[in-house]
Amino acid sequence: MTLTRRQALALSAAGAALTIVGWGEGAHASPKAAADDIAKFTGGKTAEQGKIVIELPEIAENGNTVPLSVSVDAPMTEADHVTEILVVAEGNPNPGVATFHFTAMSGKAEASTRIRLATTQNIVAVAKTSSGKIYTASKLVKVTIGGCGG
Amino acid sequence: MLNNRTMIAALCAVAVVFGVVLQRASADPVKDTLVIDGKKMITETKPPEGHPLDVVRSGWLYREKDTRELEADSFENPGSLYVARGAKIWNTVEGSAGKSCASCHNEAAKSMKGVGASYPKWDAAAKRPINVELQIDKCRVENMGAKAYKFDDPKQRALTTFIKHQSFGMPVHVDLSKGDLKAWWSKGKDEYYTRFGQLNLACASCHELNNGKHIRADHLSQGNANGFPTYRLKQSHMVSLHNRFRGCIRDTRAETPKAFSDELMALEVYVTWRGSGLSVETPAVRQ
Amino acid sequence: MAETPKIRVPKTAKKGEVVEIKTLMPHIMESGQRKDKDGKPIPRKIINKFTAEFNGKPVFSTSLEPAVAANPYLQFFAKVEESGTFKFTWTDDDGTVTTAEQKITVS
Repeated sequence: MTLTRRQALALSAAGAALTIVGWGEGAHASPKAAADDIAKFTGGKTAEQGKIVIELPEIAENGNTVPLSVSVDAPMTEADHVTEILVVAEGNPNPGVATFHFTAMSGKAEASTRIRLATTQNIVAVAKTSSGKIYTASKLVKVTIGGCGG
Repeated sequence: MLNNRTMIAALCAVAVVFGVVLQRASADPVKDTLVIDGKKMITETKPPEGHPLDVVRSGWLYREKDTRELEADSFENPGSLYVARGAKIWNTVEGSAGKSCASCHNEAAKSMKGVGASYPKWDAAAKRPINVELQIDKCRVENMGAKAYKFDDPKQRALTTFIKHQSFGMPVHVDLSKGDLKAWWSKGKDEYYTRFGQLNLACASCHELNNGKHIRADHLSQGNANGFPTYRLKQSHMVSLHNRFRGCIRDTRAETPKAFSDELMALEVYVTWRGSGLSVETPAVRQ
Repeated sequence: MAETPKIRVPKTAKKGEVVEIKTLMPHIMESGQRKDKDGKPIPRKIINKFTAEFNGKPVFSTSLEPAVAANPYLQFFAKVEESGTFKFTWTDDDGTVTTAEQKITVS
């Protein structure tokens, strides 16, 4: 089916109307900016892959509210516990998302929240422990542009 | 009249422009039950007489697992914050008469029970349908000596959410025998099947003929009104029904009718009827 | 209108039990990325810090960035050894601190 000129114009105009409004179009962070944040957090030390479980949907129904959970299976004793988990979003205008701070009184190194994602991207978590260990893990989340409706 | 071939061609054209293949096969709604605080919600039901579909389904069934879970948990549902805000407004004195909603209506759980399930109603004085937002305005102006809310004022949305929530779980049922509601229902029905805008789409194009399929990445529902105002993840606040109507119509690249205009009031009567029997889910959670 | 956060803490627990705590704070979390109708950027205004204490001792805290969604939801855990009071605080960019408390009986 060939598009008439009128239809083609209408469709491209509709395309403009349907783009995401207001979440820093064009101002994307890069994995480098996220890496800088991580380097600051770790003091430049290398992180060990694994140990952190990141729960995120494979496809986010809407990038404005995406449920996130991070956890580290750790003893959480006074002597040895996870002290912080940093979360960064490689594809957001600014990579910082949140830093969770734990104590031995936390009982579990686990926290959940809901985040905003500008585009399909990797979410990276970095965990520090009181004994000086550093772990990292990442997860890819697909973020779609919705259909219609305001 | 709607031509199946032309409509599919139009939708395919949209898909081609955005490089997305329109799924011909149905991405069906899930089989899932919605239970909120022990209350089993009706999300699927037999349609009323004269309804074009075999089954009436809530938009909840077309959402992803995380979104469905967010509505199912009354603590986590962000809409609950607006119910709480609405409750505060209910008890706040406003206007020259020195009254609050509570001054006349006392406990909303009792006095507003059934309102969310039975509106829009017939306003004999104004000779047109009246919805909850307009009823609030009527009370404010006539009984409280307060100003009508500007459309989509955050207070209007919170209060409407709170009032409709008092019908939580009750099946939607609009009494079309009152006043001229039947005529407005007919007008709304005509609008539902009329193509609008440069994209030449009718409500029915998506919500009747293609519910269950995707338009770009959105899973199309039947477009029912039983969850409104809904907490939309996109806006991260309560979205009113007329706001949603206007958004959809705007996206067909048509001029949007004004909120509470004759066109949208007629559409509200008809669209609410299309969801007859579904539980009031306000505050629903949608994408 | 002052905002009231929602908190869910179990009323009772056994000594040494790890309890789950949920909080939901009404807040627009204006990211600073949005522009108004005239194209002017809307200034950032978010909750940037959340803390949870038990009987005066820190349990858990979070620093939040604009990437946290509106009406910030936080779920975390606490190990309780004695009865007492949880105190939660949310700090806005403008310095406003909202607090909430909840008791728990530990046997």
